Amino acid sequence: MGKKILIVGGGLAGTIIANGLCRQMSKQLRTGDVSVTMLGTSDQHLYQPGLLYVPFGKFREAELFRDQRKVLDNRVPYFVDPASNIDVDGKIVTTESGKTHSYDYLVIATGSRIMPQTIPGMAEGAHWFYDLDGARKMREALDNFEGGKIIVNVNAPHKCPVAPLEVTFMLYDYLTEKGLMDKSEITYTYPIGRLHALEPVAHWAQPEMDKYGIKYETFFNTKEVDPGAKTITSEEGETLNYDLLVTIPPHQGAQVILDSDLGAGGWVPTDRNKLLREGSDDVFICGDTTNIPISKAGSTAHFEADTIIDNLTSLLTEERWARNYDGKVFCFVETGMNSGTYVWFDYKTPPNPGAPSQMIHWFKLAYNRLYWLSASGLL
Amino acid sequence: MSNRTQIDARGAFCPGPLMEVIATLKLIEIGDEIEVLSTDQGTVKDLPEWCAKVGHEHVETVQHDGYASLVVRKSK
Repeated sequence: MGKKILIVGGGLAGTIIANGLCRQMSKQLRTGDVSVTMLGTSDQHLYQPGLLYVPFGKFREAELFRDQRKVLDNRVPYFVDPASNIDVDGKIVTTESGKTHSYDYLVIATGSRIMPQTIPGMAEGAHWFYDLDGARKMREALDNFEGGKIIVNVNAPHKCPVAPLEVTFMLYDYLTEKGLMDKSEITYTYPIGRLHALEPVAHWAQPEMDKYGIKYETFFNTKEVDPGAKTITSEEGETLNYDLLVTIPPHQGAQVILDSDLGAGGWVPTDRNKLLREGSDDVFICGDTTNIPISKAGSTAHFEADTIIDNLTSLLTEERWARNYDGKVFCFVETGMNSGTYVWFDYKTPPNPGAPSQMIHWFKLAYNRLYWLSASGLL
Repeated sequence: MSNRTQIDARGAFCPGPLMEVIATLKLIEIGDEIEVLSTDQGTVKDLPEWCAKVGHEHVETVQHDGYASLVVRKSK
């Protein structure tokens, strides 16, 4: 009987793993010694980083999506039938339709989701770009914006840690181009005592904001939003007025993780090197789903996925462990509408972002298209 | 008796120890504690300062060889 690999989650992490396993174990798939099955929530694959551009009219909605079955290797049966319970002791995954799937190896890559509803008034009073509906509404709000106070409000935890800075600088360029910056004010709020979690990025961002007259408030953790009064108040006791509130809402892991009692907040306790669920030797965790204190970002998921592909392939074909995940993360950082930089780091190497340039911005734009090669397991 | 959650944020550059503490405080009960292990010396200064500002209790900071252990008790 062949070994069954079950992947729960059809986002970037799960898709890279599925496609990579097919490439690495082509022969075993053909003989039936190995099978790979995926459960997901949608027949469409969303390029999430593209959402950042939607409010500014720089990305058409249709460009964000591809048919998941076309992104996925055709040897992988794909079911749009989300997991409702994951039983790691019984090695059974139950789906919303009531079907059950057994496995020899399980990969959980169920991702994260925004939870604006966990902060009073936020869902009613704020805009965001972390999902398509939010990005559409933010686009409409910007179309109608005639000047005033904009707050970019960042909450913990959140994925894509550079996106808050990117949207801030893009807002500045957008309003300048529209001739509205003279009668507008942008204030950026951040949960900790500097402007970004990465200290070198924070050191770069502060003089940039000073240069453009962008204001900032640190140690600002949102307590509540009053949509009527148009105010936002922090746990630290600050209250700010706004005309347009752009928030990076707090995130949680998937509901199925909570329902299956696999981890507080929907984050699964995970060995930071092996990417195995703590207490399991047959359950890999990938991407935002882990509780590893590391960036929740597509590139994290990508580098983790590559490690999991190598280890699953080695375990199944050579009965040995291949290599550990080294904590590598690489992120492009848009520093406006026409410039960008990047930052990379791992468990041992601190980040050291370079000077922004137009070329890196163009490379980011190119990656917006190359993404589909990453998801296909080719890049 | 209070529960204690440990976060090993040694070598974690992003989102970093304090951001991990802030996120984890949302998941625990009042009276429960978080112990965060950090190689980032900025956290040793920032975390007690933030606790004082927001109203959580900074229980202790213990320096070890190459890292610090900081304990926070959720107070509200």
